[in-house]
Amino acid sequence: MPLIEYRDALNQAFAEEIERDPNVVLIGEEVAQYDGAYKVTRGLWKKFGDKRVVDTPISESAFIGMAVGASMLGLRPVVELMFWSFCSVAYDQIINNAGQIRYMSGGLINCPIVIRGPANGGTSVGATHSHTPEGWFAAIPGLKVVSAATPYDAKGLMKAAIRDNDPVMFMESTILYGDKGEVPEEEYVIPLGKADVKKEGTDISLIAHGRAALTALKAAELLAAEHDINAEVLDLRSIRPLDEEAILASVRKTHRAVYIEENKPFCGVGAQISSMIMEKAFDDLDAPVLRVNSLDAPAIYSPKLEARQLPRPTDIVEKVLKIC
Amino acid sequence: MGTVAKTNITEDYAKAPINQKLTAEEKIKLLRGMLRVRRFENEAFRSYNGGKIGGFLHLYIGQESVAIGTCSLMGDNDHTITAYRDHGHALGVGMNMNECMAELFGKATGCSKGKGGSMHFFAPDKNYWGGHGIVGGQTPLGLGLAYGLKYKGLKGAAMCFLGDGAVNQGCFYESMNMAALFDLPVIYIIENNKYSMGTSLERSSAVDQCLAQRAEAFCIEWEQANGEDIYEVRAVTQKAIERAHNESKPTVLEFDTYRYYGHSVADSKHKGGYRQAEEIEKYKQQHDPIQLFKRKLIEEKVLTEEQYEAIDEEAKAEAEASAVFAEESPLPTEESIFEDVYFEVDRQTEAGRTGKHFFND
Repeated sequence: MPLIEYRDALNQAFAEEIERDPNVVLIGEEVAQYDGAYKVTRGLWKKFGDKRVVDTPISESAFIGMAVGASMLGLRPVVELMFWSFCSVAYDQIINNAGQIRYMSGGLINCPIVIRGPANGGTSVGATHSHTPEGWFAAIPGLKVVSAATPYDAKGLMKAAIRDNDPVMFMESTILYGDKGEVPEEEYVIPLGKADVKKEGTDISLIAHGRAALTALKAAELLAAEHDINAEVLDLRSIRPLDEEAILASVRKTHRAVYIEENKPFCGVGAQISSMIMEKAFDDLDAPVLRVNSLDAPAIYSPKLEARQLPRPTDIVEKVLKIC
Repeated sequence: MGTVAKTNITEDYAKAPINQKLTAEEKIKLLRGMLRVRRFENEAFRSYNGGKIGGFLHLYIGQESVAIGTCSLMGDNDHTITAYRDHGHALGVGMNMNECMAELFGKATGCSKGKGGSMHFFAPDKNYWGGHGIVGGQTPLGLGLAYGLKYKGLKGAAMCFLGDGAVNQGCFYESMNMAALFDLPVIYIIENNKYSMGTSLERSSAVDQCLAQRAEAFCIEWEQANGEDIYEVRAVTQKAIERAHNESKPTVLEFDTYRYYGHSVADSKHKGGYRQAEEIEKYKQQHDPIQLFKRKLIEEKVLTEEQYEAIDEEAKAEAEASAVFAEESPLPTEESIFEDVYFEVDRQTEAGRTGKHFFND
C-alpha cells in the first residue's frame, strides 16, 4: 500500500470526487493558483481549471454564504477555511444558513456543503489562529463534525463528507498535513459516525479525536512499557454523528476511560462524552472518567510553552495513573 | 454610472416596453397581487392581536408594489430571496395564503411545517429561497444562487432583497465585491423604507441620500427609483434582469418605499417615538402604491371602481379563509421536532442510520 502524506490523501479525495460528480467545486482563499496555503489542493487547479477550483477574496462570510446558496441549487461546494479559526467571521453563514435552513424550510431545502481546513494549536501562531472549534459546531443540530487523525481516515472521511447531503464541518491539522500513512489505491469511503479502535487494549479506554488520538497512541506505548498497562485507543473520527456504541463497548471492556482532546475543557467534546459514559455505563465503571484537554487559557504564542499547553503523552500517562 | 431617483421629472413608466406589453388582464393581476398582500397582512395583524401568532410579525403593508412588481418579472431561471419582511415576496412568487397563514399560526400545514414562522417562508419549487431572519445574512446566499445559475450555464437572475438597515452589514459589501469580481447575475434590491427598526436612515447611514450608490465602489451598475409606482419598479428591475441574463452582471437597485406599521408588530403602535403620525398619514394619503395604481388603471380605463371593490373583497375573503384554514389546521406533532434536521436521517439512508445524530438521551 502506498505511503502518502495526509495532505495528499485529502487531495486524492478531492480529485476523485471532482471527477465523479460535476457539481463538486472547491472554493476558498489560495486554493487554486497558489495550490493551497498548506498545499492540500496542489495541482488541482491545473488539472481541473477555473470552474472546479476557485480562488476567492478574503471574505469568509461571503464565500461561505455563497457556497450555501449555490448548494441550495444543487452544487456540492467544498469550501476551505485557511484556518478554522477564521470561522468566527462567517459564523452567521455557518450556523444560521448552512445549519438551520433545512429545518426552517420544513425539509424543503438541504445544504450539501463541506467546510474544511486546519483546526489546531501548536504552531506558534497565537490565540487567533489556534482555535479548535469542534465542540462549537457539534453543539448545533443540523451540522455534522468530522476530525481525521491519519491519512487513511482523512481520505475516506472526506469522500463521505462530500457525498453527504448535510453540511459537514471537516477539521484537519496543519501539524498532520506532512504525516505519512498507508492509503490504498483502490477506492474506499469511511462512513461518518463510525469510530475506529486504533489500538486494542484491556485496562483503560483512551478516547480521543483528531491529533489527540495520535497523542493517545504514544501514551499507550508509554503505559505498556513503563507501567504494564494495556490501554485501548478509540478514535471517534466523527463527532456528530457519534459512534456511541463503540465508546460504550470499549468502556464496558476496560471499565476505565480518559478523554483526550486539544479543545479547552469547558463544554469540550470530552465533557459530552464523559457525561454520556456516566449516564450509560455507570455500573461498568471502576473509576471516574477523566479528561485531558489543552490548558484552559488562550493559546499562548511562546513556542516552548505552547507545547506544554497542548496534551502531551506524559499528561495522559499521569492522568491514567490516577485511576489505574 | 448609476441613476439617482428623479424627483422633478415625472417619467411615464407605463410606456416602458415591459409595461406596454401588459394586457389589461395582466395589469389587473398586478393590482390583485398587491391587494392580496395587503389583505393577507391585515388578517395576519388581526390574528396576531388575537394571540394566534407568536414571535415577531414584520408587516409589508405600504411596500406591496416592490415585491409584486419585481416578482411579476420572474422567468423560469429567476430566483428570489429576501429578509424577514417576507410575506409580500412569498405571495408574489405564487405561494398561497393558506400555507403562509398556517405557518404564522405554527401549524403543520404551514409552508415550513410550523418550523420557520413569519420570518422564514420558503418555496424552492417557485424559486423562492426565504425568508431570512438575520439582517443582511441573506446577501451572500443571493450571491450563491447567482453563482449556481452561472455554474450551471443557466440564463437567470437572483433577486436578493434587503432593507436600508442591512446595507450597513459587512457581508453585503463582501458580496457586492464578489458579485462584481465573478460577474454574477445577482440583483440586490434595497427596499428603503427609511427606518432600520426604530433608527431613521439619517441616524444609521453616513450617506443617507442614496444607498444604491455604494455599488459604485465595486463598479456595479445601480439605480435609485421610486418604489411606490409598480410600473417604475418593473421598468427599472427589468433592465437589471436583462443585464443579468445577457451580460451576467450584477446590479444594485434601491426603491424608495414606506411601511405603515412598525418594524414589527411590537412597535406598530409606537406613539410619539421614532416617527410622527403625520408622516405615516402623508404616505398613506399621497404615496400608497395600491391607490396610485388603482387611479392609473381607472385612468387607463382598464379598471372600474366596482371592479376594484370586487377584487378587494375577494382578497379579503381569501385572507379571512386562510385564517380559518390556519386555525383549523393541526399542530406539528412532537415527533416532528426531530424531522427536517438532517437529510440523511429523514431519508433513513445508510449515512442517516450510522452513528448518533441527536443527544436527548
